[in-house]
Amino acid sequence: MSWLPEASAHATRIDILLAGLLLISLAVLGLVFGLMTINIIRFRVGSRVPLSHEAVVHKSWRFEIGWTSATLVIFFLLFLWAARLYVVGFQPPSGAIQIYVTGKQWMWKVQYPGGQREINMLHVPMGRAVQLLLTSEDVIHDFSIPVLRIKHDVLPGRYQSIWFVATRSGQFRFYCTQFCGIGHSRMTGTLVVLNSTDYADWLDHTPASGSLATTGEMLFIRNGCSGCHVSGRYASDARDTSRAPSMVGLYGSMVPGPDGRPIRVDSAFLHDAILHGGPARSQQGNYSTEMPSFRGVLGEDDLAALVAYLQTLSPSASSGMGVDAVTPREGN
Amino acid sequence: MPDHITPYDTALHRDESAVSGMWLFLASEILLFGGLFLIVLVYSHTHAAGWNAGVRHTSLMIGSINTVVLLSSSAVFTLAVEAARTGDRRRIIHAGLGAAGLGMVFLMLKSWEWHLEFEEHLFPGTNFSISGPNDGGAQLFYSFYFISTALHGLHMLVGIGLILWICDRTRRQTGREISTIPVDIVGLYWSFVDLVWIVLFPVLYLIGRN
Amino acid sequence: MALTADRERSYLWQDGTVRSWLLTTDHKRIALLYMASITVFFILGGIGAALIRMQLVMPTGAILSDETYGRMFTMHGIVMVWLFLVPSIPVTLGNFLVPLMLGARDLAFPRLNLISWYLFVMAGLLVVYGLFRGGLETGWTFYTPLSTDYTQGRVLPVVAGVFLSGFSSIATGLNFIISIHQLRASGMTWYRLPLMLWALYATSVIFVLATPVLSITLVLLAFEHFFRVGVFDPTLGGDPLLFQHLFWFYSHPAVYIMILPGMGVVSEVVSTFCHKQVFGYRFVAWSSISIAAIGFLVWGHHMFVAGTSLYAAVVFSMLSFLVSVPSAIKVFNWLGTMHGGAIRLDAPMLYAMGFIGLFTVGGLTGLFLASLASDVHLTQTYFVVAHFHYIMVGGMVSAYFAGLHYWWPKITGRMYPEMWGRTAAALLFFGFNLTFFPQFLLGYEGMPRRYATYPAQFQVLNVLSSAGASILALAYILPLIYFAWSLLRGARATDNPWQATGLEWRTSSPPPTENFVHPPVVTHDAYDYAALDQANIAARQEVPHA
Repeated sequence: MSWLPEASAHATRIDILLAGLLLISLAVLGLVFGLMTINIIRFRVGSRVPLSHEAVVHKSWRFEIGWTSATLVIFFLLFLWAARLYVVGFQPPSGAIQIYVTGKQWMWKVQYPGGQREINMLHVPMGRAVQLLLTSEDVIHDFSIPVLRIKHDVLPGRYQSIWFVATRSGQFRFYCTQFCGIGHSRMTGTLVVLNSTDYADWLDHTPASGSLATTGEMLFIRNGCSGCHVSGRYASDARDTSRAPSMVGLYGSMVPGPDGRPIRVDSAFLHDAILHGGPARSQQGNYSTEMPSFRGVLGEDDLAALVAYLQTLSPSASSGMGVDAVTPREGN
Repeated sequence: MPDHITPYDTALHRDESAVSGMWLFLASEILLFGGLFLIVLVYSHTHAAGWNAGVRHTSLMIGSINTVVLLSSSAVFTLAVEAARTGDRRRIIHAGLGAAGLGMVFLMLKSWEWHLEFEEHLFPGTNFSISGPNDGGAQLFYSFYFISTALHGLHMLVGIGLILWICDRTRRQTGREISTIPVDIVGLYWSFVDLVWIVLFPVLYLIGRN
Repeated sequence: MALTADRERSYLWQDGTVRSWLLTTDHKRIALLYMASITVFFILGGIGAALIRMQLVMPTGAILSDETYGRMFTMHGIVMVWLFLVPSIPVTLGNFLVPLMLGARDLAFPRLNLISWYLFVMAGLLVVYGLFRGGLETGWTFYTPLSTDYTQGRVLPVVAGVFLSGFSSIATGLNFIISIHQLRASGMTWYRLPLMLWALYATSVIFVLATPVLSITLVLLAFEHFFRVGVFDPTLGGDPLLFQHLFWFYSHPAVYIMILPGMGVVSEVVSTFCHKQVFGYRFVAWSSISIAAIGFLVWGHHMFVAGTSLYAAVVFSMLSFLVSVPSAIKVFNWLGTMHGGAIRLDAPMLYAMGFIGLFTVGGLTGLFLASLASDVHLTQTYFVVAHFHYIMVGGMVSAYFAGLHYWWPKITGRMYPEMWGRTAAALLFFGFNLTFFPQFLLGYEGMPRRYATYPAQFQVLNVLSSAGASILALAYILPLIYFAWSLLRGARATDNPWQATGLEWRTSSPPPTENFVHPPVVTHDAYDYAALDQANIAARQEVPHA
């Protein structure tokens, strides 16, 4: 039985955190079992220590406050340590390779930006940031990669994101860790971390049905999106946004959210907007047409392609999600 | 039963315990409906357009009449509570029957409304009649609508049953002095059912209508 | 003569017809009815656990198909949580002891108490019907949309059963709260209440305020399953996470339902077998209340990887650390109680020591899961399984056994065989650790929960765990045998065999139907052993003159 390897700098940091927690736990356990044993030996019935009944009220208060505040301080420090490492997961670096992973009872479908597809296999290059955009076609799954110490639930009808920089080549297992029906334990796969030349080689030798963005562009035309949304390339009326907002430069820009506060357009935003027939309903009054919902019309594969395409219309935008994109973390 | 032992020394002690028990039960009930109202809080915000489309399809007329009916029913029942204090059996029974009758009117109007909604295919599912981009939100609204009104209706049925039980026991216990506590407790419950409707009514009929 | 007279008057023998048992409103008899029912469910859930451990001996699965395995762990979870752990101590020991400890004749609403037992039995029958006629494979958490749109299982009867058991819990909680407010004997102030009652009070608050949220969640779930459309339905844009929020709003406090009464039992047992006042009585009492209060605010820590917002996760993590502080306070206070006492290591005390040790491990590993970043790695693996079994089984079941042994003389009027009791307690501790400690390592290695088959690298630890489970099973079967033996052949118990201070020890063993021949008057704090010792000395001096 081999110990679980660490395949990223983040994994090492998590292991250090776990080691810290383990040390504190062992210290407390030692204290509890030690005191228990000492008490039992010293104060057993028949031992010589005389029995005392006097109340220890003032002393008791001092002890109570002592151990309560000690526990509070230690816990708060642990909380801060762990929270800082967790926040990183919400801050994918710009320029990460975006790979779309779709869960389905009971398999993982993986789509690469170059149009390659595989099932239950995930190839990534070593030393480069990779962002996985996760969604499900049916129930809730969970994508878990123990060697990277990360996992995230995969929900139907929306994107979740995790990211990592693998620093160790090799083959590692990933699992579905949210019970998803009777085939749950078969929903595993292999993560293959390759060095950059091998990765390029692998991309070249894997058949691709056009890049993801190209597929998305075709879907954009075929589903009538281009009828209302300006995408810049087909439009002589490139400034006509009377029917619907322009898609040029939309990705990465800030738009008013449902409560009026600005939110950044990211993959999850676009995905939801396509499914629900436009974002933030309250903001729709300005357009002459109402966007239909594409739920049931477009599958998750199609959505991934469309989102990839829309991103190409904002070449300058960083590819982060959610929280404001940040500069890449050192060495992660 | 040989082993039935009352834990109380005095009737007053027993009555106090019973009333506080009812209050505690109502606290529990609030959490029951509280969980339900969380749905409103979330979806009327995230699916505002569809939700409001649903609200616009409810029958404001029937809803308003029902609100008046239910409020009157509660008011009538307070007469029974008053009558119990003065020991007036006939008034307890009359007021009780009045309150229960108004409760039945509410339920009949409600089932008429449900009937109309089924006719219009407003029950969520494949035949749902509100179509368009917002049908998802509207279906969420109607899922909530049917569950909440059904649950409220169930509470109404229990309440009417309790009121009839009060009338029946007042009629039968002619010999002894009237105990006000059962009437008080049922009154508490009936007011709670009323209160739930007071919250449901704006949520189902008013907020988001225009 | 005196003995037979007591026997005639005792609640056990005064009218022994089946009818009088089934229609009884005596809290002590209802406690025994409950005890019989939850024992049946414990055995049922235990069989599920045994099959799970047998299956996992082989990486490819030794005995069950994937589908049967899914049904087994679902059955194990649902039966153990709702039909054993949640009711366990409150409905058995709690029902028996609350009036006795208060110095009352019965609970505030005796008939409601009986109704709650019938509700519980109906709930159990519905769940068992659903699980055996068709089965269910959703896990005990019923996550949507798996449980609504993607299962062939019998969702409706099982959900209806759990729903009913909720009403039974609410009735019990209501009864305890009102009893503790209204039925305290004269002189029994709040700060003279035994700590068991503080713990049960806190538990009851959770029963009354959290259970209805589960009820409404199950109603919504059933609606969605039955009509194939509802408020969590993602195809309508509904949010499946909303279900998880509602579910854990109940189910996290439910964890405290399962552990708080155990803490109450341990406080009683430790004090008695140290013959010493509980160290920091008020801190232990209020820590129960604060666990119940903060426990309502930490449900989100089950969802750190579920897709909730960063801010929510941070707040829930901090609150989760906070809720573990009162538990730590309790552990330190129990140790403080031992210091300077006169410690006897009878079976109840051994179980209580086992509780403190295993609960501490469970609590400390809880910190690994409350910490955001490490939770991401460990959640939904066997680490979580091990963690909550340390709390639920290592903690709660140890405490239940501690309480059973401790109050057995009072309940039955008979002593259990002490040597066997100690043997079973030691076996439980050893078997438990062997079963669940390897699962921490499995979880760290990344083995997911609820897998019917697994990669071969995990086999060694799984085999160890299964071996431990067989020892654990023995530790559960032993008490069943010697308790049954003691009912018939056990030595007669005196009224206060442990020299304990609670009011329940001031009446005969077993107590008469009306609990106390003369209503007790309380003149001392709980755990005032000085007063007890003085009274004993006085009684001994009187004997020669009598």
